[in-house]
Amino acid sequence: MMGAETRERPPATSAAPSADIVEVRGIAKTYEGGVQALQGVDLGFPEGQLTTLLGPSGCGKTTLLKIIAGLLPPNAGDVLVRGRKVTGPGPERAFVFQDFALMPWATVLRNVAFGLELRGMPGKRRHEVARRYIAEMGLSGFEDRYPHELSGGMRQRVGLARALAVDADVLLMDEPFSAVDEQTRRKFQEDLLHLLQIEKKTVIFVTHSIEEAVYVSDRVVLLSPRPGRVARIIRTDLATAGAPDEIRRDKVYLDTVEEIWQLLKQYLT
Amino acid sequence: MRVFGYRLPMMLSLLFWAAVWEAVGRAGLVFLIPPFTDVLAAVAELAHSRKFLAAAKVTLSAFAEGMGISVLVGVPLGFLMGRIDAVDRLLGMWVNIFVSAPLTALVPVIMILFGLGQTTIVMTVVLFAVWIIALDTRAGIRQVSPSLIDMARSFGAGRGQLYLKILIWAALPEILAGIRIGFIRGVKGVVIGQLLVSIVGFGELFELYSRNFLMEEFWALTILLFAFAVTASELIGMVERRVEYYAGSRG
Amino acid sequence: MNVEALPLEATGPAGRDRRRAGVWLWRALSVALVCGIWEVAGRIPVSIAFPGFAETMAGLASMAADGSLAKAYLSTLQPLVIGVVISAALGVAIGVVMGLSRTFEWFGASVFVVMQAAPMAALIPLITFLYGIGLTAKVLAVCMLAMPVIVLNSYKAVRNVNASLLQMCRSFQGTRLQETVKIVLPDASPVIFVGLRLGVAAGFIGVVLAELLITPTGIGDLITYHRAVANYAEMYASILSIVVFSAVTVGALESAEVALFRPEKKAR
Repeated sequence: MMGAETRERPPATSAAPSADIVEVRGIAKTYEGGVQALQGVDLGFPEGQLTTLLGPSGCGKTTLLKIIAGLLPPNAGDVLVRGRKVTGPGPERAFVFQDFALMPWATVLRNVAFGLELRGMPGKRRHEVARRYIAEMGLSGFEDRYPHELSGGMRQRVGLARALAVDADVLLMDEPFSAVDEQTRRKFQEDLLHLLQIEKKTVIFVTHSIEEAVYVSDRVVLLSPRPGRVARIIRTDLATAGAPDEIRRDKVYLDTVEEIWQLLKQYLT
Repeated sequence: MRVFGYRLPMMLSLLFWAAVWEAVGRAGLVFLIPPFTDVLAAVAELAHSRKFLAAAKVTLSAFAEGMGISVLVGVPLGFLMGRIDAVDRLLGMWVNIFVSAPLTALVPVIMILFGLGQTTIVMTVVLFAVWIIALDTRAGIRQVSPSLIDMARSFGAGRGQLYLKILIWAALPEILAGIRIGFIRGVKGVVIGQLLVSIVGFGELFELYSRNFLMEEFWALTILLFAFAVTASELIGMVERRVEYYAGSRG
Repeated sequence: MNVEALPLEATGPAGRDRRRAGVWLWRALSVALVCGIWEVAGRIPVSIAFPGFAETMAGLASMAADGSLAKAYLSTLQPLVIGVVISAALGVAIGVVMGLSRTFEWFGASVFVVMQAAPMAALIPLITFLYGIGLTAKVLAVCMLAMPVIVLNSYKAVRNVNASLLQMCRSFQGTRLQETVKIVLPDASPVIFVGLRLGVAAGFIGVVLAELLITPTGIGDLITYHRAVANYAEMYASILSIVVFSAVTVGALESAEVALFRPEKKAR
């Protein structure tokens, strides 16, 4: 299945294999009107790793992500975080939206601090925290701007900063780079890898781009469409430390992308 | 809203309010509000009475004439405003002012210029309806995708063909929306015109009923009028919906 | 990193000022044109009852000078302002509640849709029976005409709040109250303000109708009186004044909204 070369990604936390910080068991979801989005999905997400949900349109990857986030209730099955069942959003999970979901009437600073605002953190403190993450995202100087004054890429950085500011253990990212142009997207992917080396988070990532999935992930979960089911789980063994820009020419990377493409091709009508 | 798991359509709540009306009427709380069933009886009676039918004829003909003029003037005006910048810059301000101005205040002017007859009523309908039709038509034309226009031109369409084969269809959803709202405003126009002139059509009848405290008849007339306004607007809404299917994917 | 420029048409502050000046030039031209045509029509004359622009302006001046205009407005503004304030407060409250609660929506939506579509003016003569011909009757007339549009706009605004923002708030565990205050109301406020402006415009119609139908006071009285004594110039001037006043008020409300609540628009 995978290339013989084993350039392992250095384990993010302590010993490998990591324990599953998030687990879904038997998840099923049917929409009103009878469309069955997901059926019998069992998955574990190891702590400190980036797992991608990949598949063609209609395979339920965003639905599954929102169920994990607690934004959608499943028709059957459970979501467990650190072994405990959860039924709604929680402080240990933070969501990054595809369309950024920024409040257009609020400044960048207020947007980034919003998660903390909802928790009741006093203004001065939460603005301090927000400024720190604004700087980390490279947006220093834009604290008092409004979303409409920013480019798409910058808006998503705000969304990311907001998710980081609440210091959740698990980041749920719903096609976060699909609404920006290709060049910005590539930069984002590289920046994400850099970021994850500093902030040790578990990430569950949804995308429909095979290259993106293989590039950023430790594991790729392939979902088949209608109804969504787990088709395959692929470990991506790529060396990432220090050379994100070399990955795209790495033979293992290219082989993996091709392998996944062959698997997914059958689902395209 | 759900009751016992069944979803209740929203218009059904009108039945609820009709029941409330009935209760209030029977209790005799407000002398102006007779029981709903009595009003319904008056509606049935009214629909046959000669006086009503004559008044309805006068009112409807004024309304139809006024709406016809409004569409024939408003749509081309909106077209021109949408296509020609100079026209838009000159007239746009006025159309916008008149759309939200208290047009009622202008009715006395129409009255002294056109007398106290049918013409005034027709002019009032036009005054109330034409601006929103022009404005919505303009909006419809403005949002037509430039690609669509370029496409037509690239295949050699002349101005007439462009207008008739492309523009009017591409803008049709908005034009119909404007006409629908124009209808509603036109009904208000015909009522206000007749109230102020008060010797023709429904205005006369309203005057008669209210003066003589014939409340059942008054409310019956009101209901008929309201029902007409809502029905007419719904009919156009239906036409609009049939056209809407392509609204989302224009250009 | 680059900050993307404002929309393509903007070419910096100088370009913006240039464009603004151009707009006002066209507007001035348009006004001059209309006044010119009016004056010519008055001189032809189109009708004996059609004073020209200059004559109308003279009539306006004379009414302003002898204080009748001011007195009339003072009288008209009372029911208008009271009615609009009541309609706004009640209307927005009812509309927002209808937007948030399916039950209230079911009870209220059909009623207000009918009130919006139907000619409520027909009911104005009825008011006199209950409330006589005083201030209350006129306030009621204003409310009857202004409330439906305010309610419906507020209701639609709340129903159509950006779903993504709601989910975002939920994802950070916002309570229902936080969601309503921090997301729903700010997101709905532009459309609510549109409703308020439409309500004010409808209120003007209500007060004029009340003054022409119920009993002449204020501006309605000026119009009726001058018509009766064939002072057509003064009559036209009164009508012109109320139309202009309505337009200016609604425009001022829009500017106030942008100045107070739309910092993101001010940056442009």
